[in-house]
Amino acid sequence: MKPLLAIPAALALMLACPAQAQSTLEAVTKKGYVQCGVNGGAVAGFSAPDSQGVWKGIDVDLCRAVAAAVFGDASKVRYTGLTAQQRFTALQSGEVDILSRNTTWTITRDTSLGLNFVGVNFYDGQGFMVPAKMRATGLKGAAKAVKKALKGESPTGGITSAKQLNGATVCVQPGTTTELNLSDYFRANGMTFKPVVIETLPEVLNAYFSGRCDVFTTDVSGLVSSRASRAPKPEDHVILPEVISKEPLGPAVRHGDDRWFDIVKWSLYATIEAEEMGLTSKNIDQQAASKDPGVQRFVGTTGDIGKMLGLDNKWAYNIVKQVGNYGESFDTHLKPLGFSRGLNNLWTKGGLMYAPPIR
Amino acid sequence: MRRAWFSQAALLAATGLALWFFASNTAHNLETRKIASGFAFLWREAGFEIGETGAIAYSAADSYLRALGIGLWNTFRVAATGVVFATLLGTLLGLARLSPNWLLAKLAAAYVEVIRNVPLLVQLFFWYAMITENLPDPRDALQPLESVFLSNRGIAFPTPWSTPALVGFNFAGGASLSPEFAALLVGLVTYTAAFIGEIVRAGVLSVGRGQVDAAHSMGLTRRGALRYIVLPQALRLIVPPLTSQYLNLAKNSSLAVAIGYPDLVSIANTTMNQTGQAIEGVAIIMAVFLSISLSISAFMNWYNRRVALKGLRL
Repeated sequence: MKPLLAIPAALALMLACPAQAQSTLEAVTKKGYVQCGVNGGAVAGFSAPDSQGVWKGIDVDLCRAVAAAVFGDASKVRYTGLTAQQRFTALQSGEVDILSRNTTWTITRDTSLGLNFVGVNFYDGQGFMVPAKMRATGLKGAAKAVKKALKGESPTGGITSAKQLNGATVCVQPGTTTELNLSDYFRANGMTFKPVVIETLPEVLNAYFSGRCDVFTTDVSGLVSSRASRAPKPEDHVILPEVISKEPLGPAVRHGDDRWFDIVKWSLYATIEAEEMGLTSKNIDQQAASKDPGVQRFVGTTGDIGKMLGLDNKWAYNIVKQVGNYGESFDTHLKPLGFSRGLNNLWTKGGLMYAPPIR
Repeated sequence: MRRAWFSQAALLAATGLALWFFASNTAHNLETRKIASGFAFLWREAGFEIGETGAIAYSAADSYLRALGIGLWNTFRVAATGVVFATLLGTLLGLARLSPNWLLAKLAAAYVEVIRNVPLLVQLFFWYAMITENLPDPRDALQPLESVFLSNRGIAFPTPWSTPALVGFNFAGGASLSPEFAALLVGLVTYTAAFIGEIVRAGVLSVGRGQVDAAHSMGLTRRGALRYIVLPQALRLIVPPLTSQYLNLAKNSSLAVAIGYPDLVSIANTTMNQTGQAIEGVAIIMAVFLSISLSISAFMNWYNRRVALKGLRL
C-alpha cells in the first residue's frame, strides 16, 4: 500500500551517508536535472499530467523556473508524484530536491520536519463543498420538497452556510492540515461531525460524489479544481462561502542548505517581480533592450545578481523567457478552471504577491 | 563443539554491530536534519476526529496515544470478527467442494478460483463502491425491520437503550455499522474464506478413504463419519496452514486505509503526517502487528498441540 512507501523513505534515513558530501546545487548540476516532488494525485492547475503525459500547473512551473535558473533549460526537471503522507519524508531523505506540492506552510512543519519553506506561490484557505440540492429522490423526497416549499423554506433544502453542517459526514484526506482545521472549526462552533478519511484524491472524491458524505473539505483551490475536473456534473456542487483557515501554499527545500534555499526562493520571487515589472515570456527579449536599469539588472545585462546566487547572470531572463511570469502561469493553468486572482494578485493590485527587490 | 560456539558468537556480534550501526546512523541523520525524534508526541493533543471509535469515547482533544489506541481497537474488531466469519464460510466452502452434489461442488470451486485470483485491494474497492453507490441516502433509507435503517451511511439498528432516528444529516441513537467496516469485513472474509476452503478440503482429503469406508460400514451416517472420524483427523493437518491464513487476515486488515476505515495504520499515518515522525510511527505499526501476529501464532500453536495425535510426532 502507498502509505507504506514511507518505509523505504525511513530506510533511506537509516542508510544515508552520515555526512552529506556535497551541496544540493552541486548534486543537481552533476546529475543534470532537478528532481521535483509534485502532487501525485493530479490536482488540475497545480500539478497534473496533460493528455501527452507532460506535467502542467503552477507547482510544476516553480520546478521549471528553478531548472531554467540553474541550467538555462526549463525542461531539465524530473517529477516524483507524492501523496500527502509521502511528501515530507521524500524531501527529508533526499529523494527529491524541491517539494512543490500545494503544501501549507506552518510553524510545526517549518521547525520540526527538517525542511524550510521558501515562500508562497498560492494563498489559499480551507472550504467546504456540498451538493447544490438535497438529493430528493422518489415520491417521499418530492413530498418533502413540497412540504418545505409550503413552509416558505428553500424547496431544495440546499445548505448555504458551513454553520448548518452540524452532524454532517465529512470526506477528507488524511495527513493534511485540513483534518486539523476541520476538527478545530467544528469544535469552535460547538458542532459535531463524522469524518471519512480516505487517502487518495480519486477515492475520496468517489465517496463524496456517491453520497457517502454530505461534505467534501479541502483547500478552496482543491475544491474548485476537483469540481471542474472530476465532478460528474460540476453545477450540482456548491462551495460554501466560509473559508475556515489560512493556507499559504508554497515550495520547500531541505533544512541546512542555504545556497539551494536561496536559489529556489529567488526563482519564485523572480516570477513575481517579473509580473510587477511587466516582463512576460513574449516581451522579455524586446524589453531586455530597454534602458530601464531595473530591467537591465533583472535580465543580467548589468550587475552580478546571478553570480551571487552561484548561477548564470541570465538566470532570471531564462525563467521569464521559458516559464513566464507568475501572472502568466496563473492565467495558463488556473484561470481556465474558474480561479480568480483574489489574494494571489500583485500587492499593487490589492493582492498579497510581493517580491523583495531584486537588486 | 568449540568452533560452533565461536561461529555463533561471531554471528551474534555481527548482528548486534549492524543494529547499532543502523540505530546510531539514523539518530545522527535525524539530528543533523533537525527532525524531531522520540515518543514524547504520544502525549500531545491529537487534534483530529476519528469516524468510528467502536463505542469508546474519543474527541479531538484527546492524545495521540488514545487515538492510536482507538485505531488498534478498530483493527482488532475487524480482524477478530473476520477470523470467526472466514473460518465458518471457509469450512462450508471446503466441505461444499467435496460435496457429491455436482452443482454445489462446481459453484464452490468457481468461487475459490475467482476470489483467490483477484487482488484483495480491488475487491475492497468493489465492496465499498457496491455499498456506497447502491444504497440510498439516509433520507430515503431502506427499512427492512422496525427501527433498522440501511443507507449509504451504513446500517443503524436499535439497542436496548435507544433507537436510531434521522436527525439532520444522519441517524442518531441506537448502534451502527459503517460502510467502511462492512466493506472491509466482507472483503476480508470472502477473500480469506477462499484460502481456508482449500485448506479444509486438503485436510479432509488427507484422511484415508478407508477410514470413511470403515465408518460407513460401522453404521455411521455421512454426517456422523464427518463429525467423529474425518474432522478430528483432518484438524491436525488443517490447523498449521489455518494459522497462516489468520495471520494474513490480520495483516491484510491494514488495507483499510484505502477505503477510509480508521484502523491502526490509518491513524498512525495521520499521526506520522501531523508530527513528521515517520520512524516512530512505522515502529509502532510494526510492533503492534508483530504482537498481534505472535499472539495468534502462540494461541494456534497451543491449539495445534492440543489437537495433535498424542505421542505422534509429524
